[in-house]
Amino acid sequence: MAATDGYITGDSRGQATVFATPSTYLKLMKALLDDTFTTCSDLCAVDYLDFPQRAVPAGVTAERFEVAVNLLSIARHERLRVRVEVPAADPVLPSLFDLWPGTEAMEREAYDMFGIAFEGHPDLTRILMPEDWDGHPLRKDYEIGRIPVQFKGVS
Amino acid sequence: MSKVLTPKSRRPSSGVELDTVDEDALEHPEAAAVAPSSTLSTGIVATIEAGSDPAQGLKPRSELTARELMREVGAVLRMSEAEAAKLSSNQTDLPDEDQTMIINMGPAHPSTHGVLRLMLELQGETILRCKPIIGYLHTGMEKQAEALTFIQGGTNVTRMDYVSPLNNELVFSLAVEKLLGIDGDIPARAVWMRMLLSELNRMSSHLLFLATNGMDIGAVSMMIYGWREREEVLRFFQKVTGLRMNHNFIRPGGLAADLPMGWRDDVLRLLELIPPRLEEYDILMTGQPIWRERLQGVGVITAQEALALGATGPVLRSTGVAWDLRRSMPYLRYEDVEFDVIVGTYGDCFDRYAIRLNEVRESIRIVHQILDQMPSGDYRIQDKKITPPPRMRIDESMEALIHHFKIFTEGFKVPEGEVYVAIESPRGEIGCYIASDGSPTPYRMHMRAPSFVNIQCLPHMMRGGLVADAIAVISSVDPVLGEVDR
Repeated sequence: MAATDGYITGDSRGQATVFATPSTYLKLMKALLDDTFTTCSDLCAVDYLDFPQRAVPAGVTAERFEVAVNLLSIARHERLRVRVEVPAADPVLPSLFDLWPGTEAMEREAYDMFGIAFEGHPDLTRILMPEDWDGHPLRKDYEIGRIPVQFKGVS
Repeated sequence: MSKVLTPKSRRPSSGVELDTVDEDALEHPEAAAVAPSSTLSTGIVATIEAGSDPAQGLKPRSELTARELMREVGAVLRMSEAEAAKLSSNQTDLPDEDQTMIINMGPAHPSTHGVLRLMLELQGETILRCKPIIGYLHTGMEKQAEALTFIQGGTNVTRMDYVSPLNNELVFSLAVEKLLGIDGDIPARAVWMRMLLSELNRMSSHLLFLATNGMDIGAVSMMIYGWREREEVLRFFQKVTGLRMNHNFIRPGGLAADLPMGWRDDVLRLLELIPPRLEEYDILMTGQPIWRERLQGVGVITAQEALALGATGPVLRSTGVAWDLRRSMPYLRYEDVEFDVIVGTYGDCFDRYAIRLNEVRESIRIVHQILDQMPSGDYRIQDKKITPPPRMRIDESMEALIHHFKIFTEGFKVPEGEVYVAIESPRGEIGCYIASDGSPTPYRMHMRAPSFVNIQCLPHMMRGGLVADAIAVISSVDPVLGEVDR
């Protein structure tokens, strides 16, 4: 595939993946959009804080965050997953809103849940959590909430 | 019409405070004329001042960037910088803000399907801008999934899209099986049973759509009929899975149990019962001039726009794009059954209604073929690693008891890796992304919920329409807020 030439590609259980860095991300996505990947099915982030030893192909530096974008080519009946390693120190990616307007809600969700900022996003606010919420709930260093129990510690 | 001012500092979750309307009318006499309208609507719809909400709400146009504004007026397709600048600076397209008012619809509104909240900027009855605000049903299911084992995961995902729970379980199970590398080894009977349940679930979901769509438009008798037929399908589910909804029946490796005695007769009875009822719906609604007037040409979206917005399912097919994952990228054994992909032409509410109505008919066709081809055999994979031993063995074998106990307490380990699996749910492409770190719980589980993405089409479909049509538009997208907010 011409659009992914020069990028590190992988195969995850038979599913085609390609790795990008925050700097090459937008360029790759533009090339893929021109290469019939006209639909962006899904965009989600993963926080690999507790799993730094995960396997990535040679040449890819594993970072704390990873954004996985699942693209769909309706013309070729093909899927492709773009994985971008996003460092914890600078969790910023360019927004895909201009390429696929449908990523607007997905990027807002990734921002809300992981605190990854998407530069150029038209309305980067929390989407699922209340506006005044502290923290980003799907990060691994964020505890699962509990309902306070009235009589705990009685045993 | 003058701009309506209502109480400030209203939090999105606080709903509507009717008692404060009077005070406000005293402060701003010009608002008094409009106050009755918000009281008349029993507090369901209230006027709100632009910018009185935090950042998630609809802001005054002056505070918006050009691109945000473009989005709220439904200009989803890529625009040139010049066009965007024109739209934001001159706003030639939109009347002055003192000519318009901002109305809050929801989150507790009977026709917004759960807790969807819309903020609309109106001029008279015409919608100029729209912003869907979601999150009122967010329960952190993706976070919770990280604490549940792969066996327990089914109980979690089935509650997301509670109208088509079996499809949620199916996509989750398929993803886990792909990670385990056993996706090719599932016994044939399990695969066909999954198809049977998935298609019946599509029928029940679409019947519910017909009911709620009828109710939203004003055909209240349709609501009763739709629920009645759906209940027949749910009764079959109850017989098979023990529950009407939230079954946790499709599990990684197969299903929880075999089909019960007499299932074939039950399905045949359903297949005889529903088609004549669909004919009745045709008489009641499809051909009716009032029904057609109400839906035709309302909420139009083009194929290009739907694709750009990532819309799937009936929303995409209503624009003429014949994209159905069952046909285009077959999973299970959909390549072995014959069915038609129903597409629309105009991309309006009527097309979306007609598509769903006819998809029930196609599902019936598929179920007939499934009945003919249902193989015998095992209903789950006999892989000791992931399948609990049969109940009978537990009584006689200590090892089987230990094995059973271990599987349900510790769960089974899933090798490292990440996959994305997508299937066609009644609402569109439902995808499951799982990243595993080799432990018995998913490291990360993400659901690509079709309603979550489809809901982005609302501003576009509503632009320039009437408030009354907004209800028809929401209804035709058929969002399930449980899956939007997860």
